[in-house]
Amino acid sequence: MVLSMTAVHRHPVGRWLIWSLFFVGSLLPLGWITLQAVQQKLGADPAQVIVTFLGIWALRYLWVTLAVTPLRRLFGMGWLQRYRRMLGLYALFYASLHLLAVATFILGWRPDLLLRELTERPYIIVGFTAWVLLLPLGITSTQGWQRRLGKRWKTLHWLIYPIALLVLLHFAWLIRAGYLEVLIYTLILAFLLGYRLYLKGR
Amino acid sequence: KLEAATASTEFSTAEKLTPFEHVTSYNNFYEFGLGKSDPKAYAQGLRTDPWSVEVSGAVHKPGRYHLEDLLKGVDLEERIYRLRCVEAWSMVIPWVGFPLASLLKRFEPTGSSRYVAFTTLHDPEQMPGQRSRFGTIDWPYVEGLRMDEAMHPLTILAVGVYGSALPSQNGAPLRLVVPWKYGFKSIKSIVRIHLAEQMPPTSWNRTAPQEYGFYANVNPAVDHPRWSQSTERRLPSSLFSPNIIDTQPFNGYSEQVAHLYSGMDLNKWY
Repeated sequence: MVLSMTAVHRHPVGRWLIWSLFFVGSLLPLGWITLQAVQQKLGADPAQVIVTFLGIWALRYLWVTLAVTPLRRLFGMGWLQRYRRMLGLYALFYASLHLLAVATFILGWRPDLLLRELTERPYIIVGFTAWVLLLPLGITSTQGWQRRLGKRWKTLHWLIYPIALLVLLHFAWLIRAGYLEVLIYTLILAFLLGYRLYLKGR
Repeated sequence: KLEAATASTEFSTAEKLTPFEHVTSYNNFYEFGLGKSDPKAYAQGLRTDPWSVEVSGAVHKPGRYHLEDLLKGVDLEERIYRLRCVEAWSMVIPWVGFPLASLLKRFEPTGSSRYVAFTTLHDPEQMPGQRSRFGTIDWPYVEGLRMDEAMHPLTILAVGVYGSALPSQNGAPLRLVVPWKYGFKSIKSIVRIHLAEQMPPTSWNRTAPQEYGFYANVNPAVDHPRWSQSTERRLPSSLFSPNIIDTQPFNGYSEQVAHLYSGMDLNKWY
């Protein structure tokens, strides 16, 4: 028996199940890294491992959020739309934890170091800017704000595109050697953004 | 296990050692991959015996020497050195080795030799990182020192760590250790030593000349273009009290080496 996702969503229990799956599933990366940290399995520099891990998951959630529209259009996965807000909020969630981990585990909340990093390091300025821009998108992601902002809501949330580019730049900028991973994420983003341009031009 | 090495108190620091486990599992050795745990995972098959070193250039006794012959009659010493990575973390490591100067003298450098160039093994079959097409380093890895730096008593060739032979991931069977320079100068798994008249090319300088100079002396006053060098995190660091310490000029070895660079603009010769 093939059970389509659309059919599952017709039933409230089905909707609840899929929602829970998305919600809990998205907490798995956090759970995994926490467990590794508690068991002291992260090696000599756990701070760096945690920071990198949270950062890459923030990027992945951002990319997945941006993938909803193409997946919907190309594969008829219309049901995905209802989870887009949750995915975007998880991008903000992991980005915030990433930032918190940098401040706590790498810089130890030392004011002089925080100030120095935020004012002198181009890749940190770029990454921090992306987070600052993402914050209002998270806050205004509710239906209430959507109603209140009306047309301006769409304009505001268009920011997701420059944010994605800033995130990519932030990621590429801190590499010392070996660009394969950055290349893969760049190609995926190029497709996700290119597909929208294609839709617009049609 | 290595022959009981004499401990050098003159050149060793009394700081707390970075545990063996971390010294041997947290490595930058891009020949085996870009991740810090890759070298330990992928270097175990490295054949370090037999091993030979080619000695060439401005010397009276060039040739290909077996490692055993190079080590015959050499007094191994333990040297506990700080290691400061250019990525702003650091360790304290008990190396086992001998002064590079004592080895170089045996090859009888000619009067025209002004630099020493080193080359790491190039063997993509054994070194998966050398097979990657997305790296930015041209293999083999090369490094170099000015003659006075090479002859300095702090500069050693290491064959061991923590009283035992070097694990492959730490640059077995023979590596350079120059404690007052960023870690990437301390080239691993050396197969060639060349005495040169001209300043030799160095791998990181070729990859990103604006970020990595030939000298690469640890210097808190000159930032890496993308991050600060004024502090470092001494590993292992614990999560809620990151071990942040101030970076010392020449990694704390100023007294011994600062004179080598007197009159040089260290902002220019970074």
